Amino acid sequence: MAGAASSAHEVGETRRDFIFIAGGAVAAVGAAATVWPFIDQMNPAADTRALSTTEVDLTAIEPGQQIKVMWQGKPVFVRHRTPTEVADAQRDDYASLKDPQIDADRIKQEDGQAGRPEWLVLQASCTHLGCIPTFAEGAYHGWFCPCHGSVYDTSGRIRSGPAPKNLYPAPYVFTGANAIRIG
Amino acid sequence: MSGPSTYEPKSGFTRWLDKRLPIIRLGYDSFVAYPTPRNLNYWWTFGAMLSLCLIVQIVTGVVLAMHYVPHINLAFSSVQRIDRDVPFGWLIQNIHSVGASMFFLAVYIHMFRGLYYGSYKAPRELLWILGCVIYLLMVGTAFLGYTLPWGQMSFWGATVITNLLGALPVIGESIRNWLMGGFSVDQPTINRFFSLHYLLPFVIAGVVALHVWALHESGQNNPTGVEVKSKADTVPFTPHATMKDLFATTLFIMLFAVFVFYMPDALGHADNYIPANPLQTPPEIVPEWYLLPFYAILRAFDFNIGPIDSKLAGVLAMFAAIGVLFVLPWLDTSKVRSMRYRPAARQFFLVFAVVCFGLGWCGGQNPGNILAKSGDFTATLTWIQGGQVATQPIEAQSAAQWEEAARAAEQGAQGAAMMAVTRSGATTGTLRAVSGGSPQTRTVRAATTDELETEISAVKAEVGSAAPFFTVERYTPFTFTVTRLAQVLTLYYFLFFLIILPLLGLRETPGRVPDTIAKPVGDGQTQGAA
Repeated sequence: MAGAASSAHEVGETRRDFIFIAGGAVAAVGAAATVWPFIDQMNPAADTRALSTTEVDLTAIEPGQQIKVMWQGKPVFVRHRTPTEVADAQRDDYASLKDPQIDADRIKQEDGQAGRPEWLVLQASCTHLGCIPTFAEGAYHGWFCPCHGSVYDTSGRIRSGPAPKNLYPAPYVFTGANAIRIG
Repeated sequence: MSGPSTYEPKSGFTRWLDKRLPIIRLGYDSFVAYPTPRNLNYWWTFGAMLSLCLIVQIVTGVVLAMHYVPHINLAFSSVQRIDRDVPFGWLIQNIHSVGASMFFLAVYIHMFRGLYYGSYKAPRELLWILGCVIYLLMVGTAFLGYTLPWGQMSFWGATVITNLLGALPVIGESIRNWLMGGFSVDQPTINRFFSLHYLLPFVIAGVVALHVWALHESGQNNPTGVEVKSKADTVPFTPHATMKDLFATTLFIMLFAVFVFYMPDALGHADNYIPANPLQTPPEIVPEWYLLPFYAILRAFDFNIGPIDSKLAGVLAMFAAIGVLFVLPWLDTSKVRSMRYRPAARQFFLVFAVVCFGLGWCGGQNPGNILAKSGDFTATLTWIQGGQVATQPIEAQSAAQWEEAARAAEQGAQGAAMMAVTRSGATTGTLRAVSGGSPQTRTVRAATTDELETEISAVKAEVGSAAPFFTVERYTPFTFTVTRLAQVLTLYYFLFFLIILPLLGLRETPGRVPDTIAKPVGDGQTQGAA
């Protein structure tokens, strides 16, 4: 026994060291497993996640109108564009733009299919500081942000003012002739 | 520092207690017999005020929690109910909201005191770091608390700050949703903010205990920055420091009371009396005054730094502005503690103090505001009045060759007085050329770009269809905006800590400490009054 212990000392490791390390490792895993539920409980709950998509009925929106719907607690613009507004948006596809993007890309559905030109679905936060732009105002009759004067065109592209990016499209798909699902 | 305890229990009960739980001894050693430098000035009284503030916030906060409802539809009106219906609710709520401002007022003076007199230097590094931890916790608690009344500023302030975390690469989005408990600031957010706002003050109280412990271990610094050398350099905490603290705190409470009773809302933002509305943003979102300097640093970064985009750079800079305080004891290389004997450092410190106020001012302004400019914004419009317009389609082989095709079309129309190319599709466009007519120019001036655009539109409307198109040449003068100022001030803020203090300590010639201070005072004969 004594000989075995001294030989273990020679290599610098004992069974006790092993037990300490193994015990410590198990304790660490146990601690992590205990802490995790207390961290994870702060993540969006099932009922909150259940609200992560929003269905919108388009029949009530006349051409030239827009509605604001809540998606994940944030407002989204659903705009029924008039032919003139669509033409304006497409005409400026190659104008000098801060954040160049063509209108067809901005109305594309989440699954990659082409959208319908008259329907534009955008997240309603100014890309500058998150204010909500007002409808059909500004030089391009798209949106105007009252906070710091960013002007968006009828495709929601930034045309002047401090905002760095175009209004972000909201991910959506057509679920029928007159219905979309956002998210 | 404290030395052996000099407490002697007098009665039978205190002797009995002292053997079992020497709590009276602890109190006596810490707040009665504890030796304080006899030359402390009034800048050393803010610790007492801060203790008071913490107690006031906890007591009023616990009471408010009995009436407050952390619910998105009820929170705003529950605060209104406290103000209007709850007996003395108006008083308690005002004390709590004004108390936050007074707390920060006192803590900033306390911190500048420490900076000026070098109270962060050995052996007080941990004392200073614990203070920084307390400050950081205070900022967090204040932010959480400001969200609770659920007014417009509460809601949008919380939105802006939680969105900041979204700027972090890869994990930002998950962390933001984790913090909000959803995809926007909503019911889960207000619920957890309330819980944490109740918790953190007790954490602060715990760190304050460590802070005081560390203080009593190393002893107080003093205005000369020279360590006390003998018992003759000190006086017992009670009655000397106690009475002085009491007097200063009384003045502080008077200022506190002026705000509570006469202008409880003067330090807040009027928009927070509008219930939170996720569908409408207030015209400007600003934090409470005590966080404005950091807000200015955040917004100063309107440019990308390599792969770091402007938003993330601002967030990192804002946290670095507090983080740099933690390592300050090792950044300042000077052996001399007090700036009283560092004439050069004192000048830089004064500029630093002005810079902090300046950043606070910038944080409250619209970042685009122009402070100074080299001239007016001008635009020169050129057009042909009453000319012949020839329209010619342009067709390019592919989108890549568009430029080439447009240039070729322009070449073909040589001789026209003016021409303009409009691109209508990836490969199509039109060239309009005007010949004949009379060329006209007009120059308009304005104070801002927005006004300039209005002027340009006015000219275009006036000329109307008489001109087929215009060329506009805009001249933008050099402008110095609030953001530019904030950038300069931010630069100095970091220079002060990262360059000036480290270099200055190595290069400066400190002032001479008078013998009366540098040498022990002996038996105290000259200090008759004490």
